[in-house]
Amino acid sequence: MRYLPLTEADRADMLARIGVASIDDLFADIPVDKRLTALPDLPLRKSEMEVERLLARLATENIAAANVPFFIGAGAYKHHVPATVDHLIQRSEFLTSYTPYQPEIAQGTLQYLFEFQTQVAQLTEMEVANASMYDGSTATGEAVLMAHRITRRRKAVLSGGLHPHYAQVVKTLSHMSGNTVLSLSPDVTAREDIIALIDKETSCVVVQTPDVFGNLRDLRAIGEACRAKGALLVAVFTEAVSLGLVAPPGAMDADIAVGEGQSIGNGLIYGGPYVGLFAAKAKYVRQMPGRLCGETVDAEGKRGYVLTLSTREQHIRRDKATSNICTNSGLCVLAFTIHMTLLGEAGLTRLARINHANAVKLADMLSGRRGVEVVNGTFFNEFTLRLSRPAAEVVERLAKKGVLGGVPVSRLLPEAGLDDLLITASTEVNTEADRLAFAKALGEVL
Amino acid sequence: MSETKFTKDHEYVRLDGDTATVGITDYAQGQLGDVVYVGLPEVGKAVTQGGDAAVVESVKAASDVFAPISGEVIEVNSGLEGAPSTVNEDPLGKGWFLKIKVKDRTEFDALMSEAQYQDYLKTLS
Repeated sequence: MRYLPLTEADRADMLARIGVASIDDLFADIPVDKRLTALPDLPLRKSEMEVERLLARLATENIAAANVPFFIGAGAYKHHVPATVDHLIQRSEFLTSYTPYQPEIAQGTLQYLFEFQTQVAQLTEMEVANASMYDGSTATGEAVLMAHRITRRRKAVLSGGLHPHYAQVVKTLSHMSGNTVLSLSPDVTAREDIIALIDKETSCVVVQTPDVFGNLRDLRAIGEACRAKGALLVAVFTEAVSLGLVAPPGAMDADIAVGEGQSIGNGLIYGGPYVGLFAAKAKYVRQMPGRLCGETVDAEGKRGYVLTLSTREQHIRRDKATSNICTNSGLCVLAFTIHMTLLGEAGLTRLARINHANAVKLADMLSGRRGVEVVNGTFFNEFTLRLSRPAAEVVERLAKKGVLGGVPVSRLLPEAGLDDLLITASTEVNTEADRLAFAKALGEVL
Repeated sequence: MSETKFTKDHEYVRLDGDTATVGITDYAQGQLGDVVYVGLPEVGKAVTQGGDAAVVESVKAASDVFAPISGEVIEVNSGLEGAPSTVNEDPLGKGWFLKIKVKDRTEFDALMSEAQYQDYLKTLS
């Protein structure tokens, strides 16, 4: 087949049809000061050996999570991913297969999507789960939009314990669609009175538990208050392993449950791709975004799987679709599903207990030290420390001593006046040696 | 004495006094295939002629149902929620979608009669 490129006349015709003078005009949404006017100063070429040497040297400037005592969380958690997971997801049948639009040739993919949905529904104790969103933050944004559609209201109330990045995503989506967001101020000690702010204009209340500071929250009273005013409760989690030990969203009668699935089966991988979990009550299924995999029987009565309720989606409903997402986080879903299958319920519970125990050991070791106070009354595997010096400075000094101690709250909330707070996480990967190294280094820098 | 008229978008309207019963025609349900879901408006909603009134979904398509005349939605056929196939079985009878309280009868008068609608269908195939 020959390739015939566009002529100048073709281009002129298209530009005239669109109604712009030049192709540059189509980039009008990018602020002028962000546009590249010249190519960056890079060498034209280097050999493969030179490039390897150069990049390897650059990489040594990083402190890799695997090489040091590591206590960073705040939305992404370092857990052990069994070698089995990596081995199986790299099977070419899984790795190279495309979106399962044609069920007759995609039963393998569809079966694991169905297993995944089943696992998510069981973990969250919700009635129906979808085949995943991009990540926890966009899942939260989509949950808010779904609540607006169901209640026909446009105001979301966000807890001060919600991860600031998640709140930012909700605000971006809301701003573009003219909806309102009432975002409570950062709630370090989980004492906010969010119920007082629920009114007849509220479509949903979005509460995270364990929250960004690590506090566990009982959502039941909030749920009841929502129902009394016709609003929905959206429960959020950033640490999926917590579902092995704490009360899940369904047990607290959440209407929609969303969160990040990265902790199960997926490493930190430099921030993504991750996997958004999305579950809801069955009565809301037609308002759910994303792909849904269903179980059925074929013409010969044999069990099979298909993508279903497609009329929610963009390729059929167009501008009236529940979302413009037209994909899911397939490979991360598969990794989650394999790891979850290996763990089982008993294994996940054991894993969660180890996480909590390690966090308790760390909290015990650090509190009572001069200049350190554990702020939380409750936590799962992550808690907040109040330090006698700005936390950002402490983190830098700890890093120079080879300890990655956590996320300073000032990094997430630069203007909140919470510069003395440090969020620190402890999972099953941490050893006693790690904890001792942290405690020792902290003593030296405070 | 009720009178039924039709639209080019394959809705029917049966007017009884100032109450109009609206649904989709037999031709429409045949084209759609098995109806699996009907999205009905809220009672009390004001609809304008040609504006969105409802949504009907089959396994392969979702179609907007437009209000054939303006008015206020006074009743919806909530029975369709549990039995959407009624739309296929009895579109002009038990498969009705909604009832509208009509303001302007002239909108109704301007619609197609059954004979005109049947002629219109012949032009489509």
